[in-house]
Formats: sequence, structure tokens, C-alpha cells
Amino acid sequence: MTEKLISIEAIAKRYPAPGGGDTTVFENLWLGIERGEFVCMIGHSGCGKTTVLNILAGLDAPSEGVVIVDNVAIEGPALDRAVIFQSHALLPWRTVLGNVAYAVGAKHKDWPKTKINEHAEKFIELVGLKGAEYKKPSELSGGMKQRVGIARALSLEPKMLLMDEPFSALDALTRGTLQDEVRRICLSTGQTVFMITHDVDEAIYLADKIVLMTNGPEAQIAEIVENPLPKERDRNQIHKHADYYAIRNHLIDFLVSRSRTFKDEIKDKPWDPKSVPLVRPMAAPPSAPEPLRKRA
Amino acid sequence: MRSLSFRAGIVSILILVLFLGAWHLATSGSSAVQQMDPEYAKLMGLTATQGKSAMPGPLQVGATLWKHLTNPFYDNGPNDKGLGIQLAYSIGRVAIGYLLAVLVAIPLGFLIGMSQLMSRALDPFIQVLKPISPLAWMPLALYTIKDSNYSAIFVIFICSVWPMLINTAFGVATVRKEWLNVARTLEVGPLKRAFTVILPAAAPTILTGMRISIGIAWLVIVAAEMLVGGTGIGYFVWNEWNNLSITNVINAILVIGIVGMVLDQLLARAAKLVTYPE
Repeated sequence: MTEKLISIEAIAKRYPAPGGGDTTVFENLWLGIERGEFVCMIGHSGCGKTTVLNILAGLDAPSEGVVIVDNVAIEGPALDRAVIFQSHALLPWRTVLGNVAYAVGAKHKDWPKTKINEHAEKFIELVGLKGAEYKKPSELSGGMKQRVGIARALSLEPKMLLMDEPFSALDALTRGTLQDEVRRICLSTGQTVFMITHDVDEAIYLADKIVLMTNGPEAQIAEIVENPLPKERDRNQIHKHADYYAIRNHLIDFLVSRSRTFKDEIKDKPWDPKSVPLVRPMAAPPSAPEPLRKRA
Repeated sequence: MRSLSFRAGIVSILILVLFLGAWHLATSGSSAVQQMDPEYAKLMGLTATQGKSAMPGPLQVGATLWKHLTNPFYDNGPNDKGLGIQLAYSIGRVAIGYLLAVLVAIPLGFLIGMSQLMSRALDPFIQVLKPISPLAWMPLALYTIKDSNYSAIFVIFICSVWPMLINTAFGVATVRKEWLNVARTLEVGPLKRAFTVILPAAAPTILTGMRISIGIAWLVIVAAEMLVGGTGIGYFVWNEWNNLSITNVINAILVIGIVGMVLDQLLARAAKLVTYPE
């Protein structure tokens, strides 16, 4: 076996189609995620990326194939894979502390209440919500709610963090701050993360590897893009990096056109879904700048 | 400008005064008085001899109400008990029947809400049983239970069970999927999930059903006690009708309304406690 923490092996998802037969959302999907990696999956809606995440979380079962975590095939949800939901999914009748402590208590059933609360408070502080422990979710802004969701997931100290477009419901400013925080926390703890997004910039800022999904139905992984940017990134400086536009253009090209036409692209080539191409978009070697020409 | 509730209160008092005034005028008596033999007049009653309506005025009702309120628990035998005692009997029957209904409806509602199979299987029974007037069960209850008191309790049970059952099932079935998914990803067992996620999530809907039920139970107890007799506020109303004491009937009506309001408010308070803003 490789060093992979997660290995998705030949999973497929099919739904019975109206009028008989099956609709295949995706099939024969293979993907490995290494320990400490931050992997983003990008694709248009309908390509089944949320289904992939739900299968990883154990909330959904694949029609075929298996997912192996730490050499064990998963059967249903487990505490080693924490989910941050798009809609934060906090329990509205519990306080911030109550929501996080609920998760901690579920994991450490033998812990006394004081220890559970201590542990929960540590993670509430980590996401910058100290002082709001006894507020109800309804008293919090969207960004703060999602912070609680993040604290709840992190408090489980999971092997794998799964995020389903966690910032898509937030305004741009809040989204930026939360991306910074998640990046900081995940880097400092070496957290393995799998995240779904459709935001190219978010993926470039956060991910080590970006998985490109073609359009559904019968979606497939087209490429795995290695992020050429250094691991130490600064949101304000990132766009000045030489390779920034190379990867950005590559991703946008894919989403705009190649995600649709990818099947034709590989029609006459040998294609192995087990090892899709790993690409690393880089800036073209510097060439002499073109002389400016005055227009007539 | 005073606050809205203050102004509403003023208007409420005005309406009450207008109503009492109209009532007083309508019952104060003005029709022609006939001259007649005193012996005959005794048989004819006040309407014919003094031009006075048999319908009591607000002052009379107020006076007897005061008498009832100052001495609510007297007991002069089976046909003359204080309003307090009668109310206690009625509330007791409602409480027992209602609590039995809670014990049956909420677990059964959970089952129906959580299981599609049970929901489909039990649906025809619920649909048929729900619209039956609770009093229609009375003869069957009397025949099988052979005790009028228990029959009244059974009637309360059967009428309060449906709104609670249906609301519980609905509340449980419509718990947000994402909350259940949270519990699933946290590997929370089914029993703990029922108590820590489903119950709090469905509690406002369940309490709404309980509130509807207590209202119906209080409506039905009066009718049920009129049928079974013996004790209770419903029996009191019927007994005073037989005594031709309209004053007491009006008193009872007033008290029934107030007790019903208090019961409803109690459940409304309880519902407020479990309601969560999202």
C-alpha cells in the first residue's frame, strides 16, 4: 500500500432513471489523498462532487466501489471523518458551547462534563469565538455560525476534514477571513482536508492539489492539478506569483470549456481512470517582452 | 401616544362595559304587568307578575358568582356541590385522560414519524378514527368499561390523542436532514439521537399538537359530563338547567371559559420554552 490516508477505489453512483434504466452520475472514480494534504474538488453542479464528499463522510453509499481510510474500508459515518456542512447545520436549541460539546461528548463518551467543556472551549477559542460560548446560533452572524461548525469539526481531531462548499453562503469579506483561518489551522495541525468548491480562487489559495471533475452525468476526474504556488502563501501577494495566472487560467479554461468537451479530448487516447494525469501549470519561461507598437 | 396594549386594554374595557350595560337594560324588565289573583301569580312566576325577565341580569350573576367564589368547596350532597369541587372533578378527568393520551400519542407519533412503513400502515386507521366525534364512543365505553367516570376519561383520551399523534409524527418526520446527518457523522446511537436531536427539533410541533388537544379535551369534558352525570362542571350546568337556575348556568359558562383559557395559556407557555429561533 502507498502512504495514502484515503483511497477512493472505483466508486460509482447510479440513480434509477425515470422510465427504466439507470442514470450514472459518475463511475470508476479513483482518487488517493495523502496524509496532511489539502485537496479541493472543482466541477460544475451536477457532476456529483457533493455525492463524492457524502460517500467519503459515509452519509451516502456508493453504488459500486469502496473507500478505504487508513487501510479499512468505510461502512457509514464515523468520528474519524468530520464534516463541515455548507449550511453549518448547528443545532439551534444548543448554545455555541453546547454544539461543540455535543460533538466532543459523542467522541469521548467517558469524559466528565468539565473535561468535555474545556476541550470544546479550546476549539471555540481557536476559531476566534471566545466570549460567544453561551450564545445561541440564532444570535450569530453567518460567518460566526460557520466558525462554530468548523470548531465542532476540529474538536473531533479527525483524521480527515470534509468540507462541502463551506464558505459559499458567506459574503466575500467574511469568506476571505474564514479561508485565512482555516488555512492557518490546517497548516499548523497538518490536517488532511477534502473540500468541495466551485470557487477557483478559493481552490488556488487553499489547496495543494485540485481535482477537476468533468460535467455530469457520467462525470469523471479529468486531471489532478498540483498547485505550483509555495505552501506559504499570502492572500495579498498570491496574485503576484509568477505561476498564479498559469494555474488560474488552466482551471478556468477547464471549467469554461474542457469540462464539457473532455470526453472528445480523450476519445482516441488510452485512458486509465486509476491514474489520471497530474499536471502542474507553470508560467512560460520568461521571454523578451514584446515591443510596444503604436497603433496607426 | 400610549402603547398599543394600553389602548387595546381601554377598548376591551369599553366593550365589556357596553355589553354589561346592554345586558342589564335587556333584563331589567319593562313589559306590562297584569293584574291577577295572587294564588295564580305564584304559579306564573316573575315574568308575568313583575314584568321581569327570567334571564338574570349582570348584577344577579355577579352576586352569585361572588357567592361561588367565596365558598367554592361546599358539599351539600350529590346535587349541591361548590363550583370548585365540580371544576376539580372535571380538571381531574381531563388531566388523567390527557396524560394517558400523551403517553400513547408521543411514542406512537415517534414511531410513525421515523418509519415510512408504520406511517403508511397506520394511516388508514388514523384517517378513519380521527373524524369520529368523541361522544360517539360514549355508549361503547359505557358498555365495555361499565363505569361512567372511566368512560368520561376514555372519551377525553380518545379526543386528545389525534392532534398530538399527528403533530408528533409530522414534527418527527420533518426534522431537518442536516441535523440528523450531524448526529450520524458523530456516531450518535439511535436512542440518544431520538432524545438529543429529534425530540428537541420536533418539540415545538409536538407542543402545538398538545395545545390543540387540551383545547379539545376541555370542550369535550363538558358534553361528556352532561351525559354521564354525577359530578363535574358539565353535570353542574345540566343540573342547574334542570333547576331552572339560569344564573348558575351563566356562572358555569364563565368559569368554563376561564379554565379553558388558563389551560391553553399553560401549554402556550410550555411551547414557548421549547421553541428555538433559527
